[in-house]
Amino acid sequence: MVDQADEALATVLKKYGKDTAVAYPNTAYYLPIMYLFLGQKVKQLGDLEHSMQEARKLLGRVPEDKNWVPYLGETLDSGVATLIAEETIESLKYLNGDHKEDDIWLGFTGDNILRQQGIKLVDGRMPGFAAIAGCTETNAEAVELVRGLQERNILVFIAGNTNGRSIAEQLAEEGIEMDWDCFIVPYGKDTTAAVHALNFAARAAMTFGGIEAGTSKATREILMYNNDRVHAFVMALGADSDVDKEQLITDDKYATAAGAINFGFPVISDVNLPQILPTGICNYEHVISGVKLEEIIPRAIELRDLTVKVENIPIPVPYGAGFEGERVRKEDMHVQFGGKLSEAFELLRMKPLAEVEDGKIEVIGPEVGDMKEGESYPLAIVVDVAGRDFQEDFETVLERRIHEFISCANGIFHMGQRAIIWLRISKEAHSKGFKVRDFGEILVARLHNEFTSIVDRVQVRLYTDPAKVTEIHESAKAVYADRDDRIGGMTDEDVDQFYSCTLCQSYAPNHVCIVTPERLGLCGAYTWLDSKASFQINKHGPNEPVDKGAVLDPAKGQWKGINEYIKVKSNNTLDKFNAYSMMEEPMTSCGCFECIAAIVPEANGIMIVDRDFTGMTPVGMTFSTLAGQVGGGLQVPGFIGIGKLYISSNKFISAEGGHQRIVWMSKQLKEEITPRLEERLTKNGVTGLLEKIATEEDAEEPDKLAAFLEKVGHPALEMEPMF
Amino acid sequence: MEQPFSDKATQKMIKVAADLNIETVWDRYEGMQPQCGFGSLGLCCRHCSMGPCRIDPHGNGPKVGVCGADADTITARHLIRMIAAGAAAHSDHGRTVVHTLDLAAQGGDSAYQIKDEKKLKAVAEIYGIETKDREVKDIATDLVAEAKKEFGRQDGSIEIAKTAPPARVKLWQELGIMPRSIDREVVETLHRTHIGVDAEYRHIIRHGLRTALADGWGGSMVATELQDILFGTPDPLQSTANFGVMSEKEVNVIVHGHEPALSDIIAEVATSDEMKKKAIAVGAEGVSVAGMCCTANEILMRRGIPVAGSFLQQELAIMTGVADMMIVDVQCVMPGLKPVADCFHTELVTTSEKAKIPGVRHIEFHEENAEKTAREIVELAINNYSNRKSGDVHLPSDKEPMIAGFSAESVYDFLGGTYRATYRPLNNAIIEGRVRGAAGVIGCSNPNVPFEAGHIQMVKELIKNDVLVVTTGCSAISCAKHGLLQPESAFKLAGKGLQEVCRAVGIPPVLHMGSCVDNSRILRVLANVVAEGGLGDDISDLPAAGAAPEWMSEKAVAIGFYFVASGVYTMIGKPLPMMGSKNMLKYLTDEIEEEIGGKWAFEEDPVEAAHKMIRHIDKKRELLKLKPMIYEQAFKVGD
Repeated sequence: MVDQADEALATVLKKYGKDTAVAYPNTAYYLPIMYLFLGQKVKQLGDLEHSMQEARKLLGRVPEDKNWVPYLGETLDSGVATLIAEETIESLKYLNGDHKEDDIWLGFTGDNILRQQGIKLVDGRMPGFAAIAGCTETNAEAVELVRGLQERNILVFIAGNTNGRSIAEQLAEEGIEMDWDCFIVPYGKDTTAAVHALNFAARAAMTFGGIEAGTSKATREILMYNNDRVHAFVMALGADSDVDKEQLITDDKYATAAGAINFGFPVISDVNLPQILPTGICNYEHVISGVKLEEIIPRAIELRDLTVKVENIPIPVPYGAGFEGERVRKEDMHVQFGGKLSEAFELLRMKPLAEVEDGKIEVIGPEVGDMKEGESYPLAIVVDVAGRDFQEDFETVLERRIHEFISCANGIFHMGQRAIIWLRISKEAHSKGFKVRDFGEILVARLHNEFTSIVDRVQVRLYTDPAKVTEIHESAKAVYADRDDRIGGMTDEDVDQFYSCTLCQSYAPNHVCIVTPERLGLCGAYTWLDSKASFQINKHGPNEPVDKGAVLDPAKGQWKGINEYIKVKSNNTLDKFNAYSMMEEPMTSCGCFECIAAIVPEANGIMIVDRDFTGMTPVGMTFSTLAGQVGGGLQVPGFIGIGKLYISSNKFISAEGGHQRIVWMSKQLKEEITPRLEERLTKNGVTGLLEKIATEEDAEEPDKLAAFLEKVGHPALEMEPMF
Repeated sequence: MEQPFSDKATQKMIKVAADLNIETVWDRYEGMQPQCGFGSLGLCCRHCSMGPCRIDPHGNGPKVGVCGADADTITARHLIRMIAAGAAAHSDHGRTVVHTLDLAAQGGDSAYQIKDEKKLKAVAEIYGIETKDREVKDIATDLVAEAKKEFGRQDGSIEIAKTAPPARVKLWQELGIMPRSIDREVVETLHRTHIGVDAEYRHIIRHGLRTALADGWGGSMVATELQDILFGTPDPLQSTANFGVMSEKEVNVIVHGHEPALSDIIAEVATSDEMKKKAIAVGAEGVSVAGMCCTANEILMRRGIPVAGSFLQQELAIMTGVADMMIVDVQCVMPGLKPVADCFHTELVTTSEKAKIPGVRHIEFHEENAEKTAREIVELAINNYSNRKSGDVHLPSDKEPMIAGFSAESVYDFLGGTYRATYRPLNNAIIEGRVRGAAGVIGCSNPNVPFEAGHIQMVKELIKNDVLVVTTGCSAISCAKHGLLQPESAFKLAGKGLQEVCRAVGIPPVLHMGSCVDNSRILRVLANVVAEGGLGDDISDLPAAGAAPEWMSEKAVAIGFYFVASGVYTMIGKPLPMMGSKNMLKYLTDEIEEEIGGKWAFEEDPVEAAHKMIRHIDKKRELLKLKPMIYEQAFKVGD
């Protein structure tokens, strides 16, 4: 592999020269493998020459047939050399334009996706990942295996092939959707593409663990972080035919596996590879093999100590978080509800115990069997819950989960909430017997399962009768409006307790979120109410109430009780923070933030960029680069990670002057939050600000931005200096 | 004097000796029988001229000496003098190494260089010496100054001993046996055992423990650590052992004794093109260096120089008729070599200013003139080649390949590589029940037991029962000659769990950790295992045991005592010379464990001795609440 990489490098060096830039798209971590192991920031082809020299030094001796010297350590080092070589080869593909977006292979995972998906690894929605190399004998086996992993919510990376065939191709032939949303990520057909799973893992530690690479100590910490916290394993499927019988798979695969073992990722295989049972580099066995395909998932779970919760829901299709992001295309659709085509909504209400018959599911109106293929129908999903400890405040928390619960069914598509929902049932799901009633089955099971401590009874009514839907919709609207008033009006001063969120501490051990009514968690997933509900549900979970205590600084948002709490929970790395300031002791980030707000000194204001924006920002850094500085529980004045909803909060960096400081936002973010922000600004009597906020269409550089702001007369220019 | 348990080459050479009617160590041993019973029991005292006194162990004879010392006092005093002699031997060796490092640090035209800067820094940090952004020679100079203090410090205690597990250091401090300085403990031993000083046997032994610690965690450790800095920290490497490593076609130089300072340079000079040419000029194909005893182990560990043989083979090596030169330095060099050398063309040369043999050529070696002396010696050997008589050649071809070169540092690397350097797989192997425990089988050979029966039978029984063995000194050479240091031997001889570990890591079931001064490496390994975690807080918690089944030297007594003082169950074959005191026997083999965590055990049957060690290991496993062994054990748990 090292020879291959040297050869590939020599060819491009001849063609492009040493100074040519080489990089993966959308990452602040250079070539992550080189950054991790060599502390090297590869930017140009010339740098790769150095990487490869180092790789060659790491290559161990080939063990002799007799009187061999110990090989474990050298094997691990050779594995690292292999990864460096693979990273070289894969990065050159981007230079050569060999990486094509149009086929099934996705290639390198950008930092934006890493952050977005990272939250799932931290909150347990994904218990870990499997890196599959090779293929199964039949396509049916491939589908069954991957469905099995999806059902257990295990993220699937695919790289490499066995005898020229990859499981990704098998899945493609069977029409299985493969992308990040489905938890199936085909990296590439060459074994070298496996390095993307490991550069993903390396960056996970740098991003969420807050470990900066560069020293040998950091390298070790990053590897141990993966060993301890990222529950990943390699699944090597099938024997290669062009190697001798005892060897079974190619040298390249063994060498790559040795690289993975450095991360503590063990190997499981369906063929009889030599087993390595003693433990120590991995927490459990290093290599187990000869495992029958039908047993391979449970064995892998055991081997890597995955905590897997399998939902047992009585519906005719597979169910799991791996199916959550799956789309149902129009041509695959049997019927649909809502969207812009028919009236549809969902509503969850608390009811007295006596009024709820647990498990009762009614379909009022036609069932799927009575519906015509390709048509749209109205739908009302009305859920009644009852429980001794249930509070009205929890209604929205549970209601918002309906999307996730229904989406996790294979072949079912769900989007939106309240009255903007859109559902589709695929032809495949229909052919397996999925009915409208099954939405009820899912909700009864999941609500019980997720909210055991507060939900005692659940009943679901599913209306497909148009008149009934319209009728109930009117009362639903009243409920929605009532709720908005109640929650929208809640302020930080109204409550004595905030909630902590330490969900991400499994990944970012020194970070703790404090969620207030006016500042939700930076991941955008946890509001104050969510956290409160979460605490009710599980008293020993990641959220707990924290007494604010004496107010130390009302303007910046600092409280005695909060400071004391974070000191302990941040492992003594933080003494205090200000909830409403980004300039002085700001709140820290784990790495899962939806947006980053960053100071633009030239404009005396701030910019906000969301994680889906991959372009350049006026501070001269992409989201990825910025994110590299903000995560890991570190306080970086001038930079904060935030949830989108916080932008329209009255407490949005109120210590620095609030919304008037916003001089730039990525366009898609601006569009998305405009309705809420506009409402907030109107309430506060601020007019004309939104138009003065630039986007990438107006300016990507500070000079241009300053000129734009000057032109529109942005208020930030007149404000007090930010620092 | 047939030695049915010994390696094949030795058996052949013993026959040669008999045929030629040349006296060997075994003949002299036989001639010495019956040996003095009072001496064997430790009941004879010659510390003053009111004596000699001897205590009657049975009948109605004297129960105390002229001064009134009883059997307890006499045996205890005698034992700790043995410790002092052993500690002195190791530590004086260490002192020489400090001197050599001093020369290397001064640079100039010294033949010595600092080969291992990483280790230099690591050791310097133990002494709190600043290493960042400093010249190597400055660090080394500071280290030399600190190392010198270890020998003569008047206040405080030996610094390097504080690298023992914290719980152990605390215990030593509480017991008042934290060694203060190397020379001081040896001197105090001589004082305390002078007529009319210390008479309380437990009190005497306490100081014996302190003197032993000044060896293991003092003089020996300084020797090992500084030698690593000078000559390189060993990493696993391939080599061979036994007389067959010598070649009839080459000039053979045997380096025998204990110190690497000269032999390392000789190895360098002997392999130079210049010497090869000179050798060819006299009709040989080149110059070959082979080691004997612990000098062998020193240059084996770092250079892979083959091993000719161990302590009891020294005379036989000359009788092969192809040894053109045998140079000797210190320790375990038999004066009996001289008459054997007289029968052959072998040039026997003493080199240490501390050690001469009557009638033997003496070329005194000083580190300052290392290369010049080495050249002189090698040239002398080459010139002697033509004196070789073909009729005198009795070279057996037997030799065995081996893997040697295991150091405490190399464990990190060969288990975890550059990035995951760790002891974890070793600890885990013990914790999860693949490896039952670890045993150090070390020490000399002694004509009072069948040659190598003790080492080989014990080691085989241990590895059969999934006990990983580490070995040093002449025991290591015996293991090498019997093929136990080959990784393949795991699959023939080891239990299934140990086999799995050996297969995963690529190690033999028996690991060669160096010379007898390098027993400090075993201490370091034990400390590292404790630090890795999961097996208790102290060496005495570990499922481990030590043994010297064929011990003979005073160094072995010192080593045994420093292992006991470190918390290790220590097994030897023939008992210590103190069996004349019931109190001492009870104290050393039983009561002392309560105080220090380790104790002595005596068992002449090597297999039974192995079983006793395994029982101790099982006891420790039970106390640690470790999992039962994964695979069925030949010697069952609870037997």
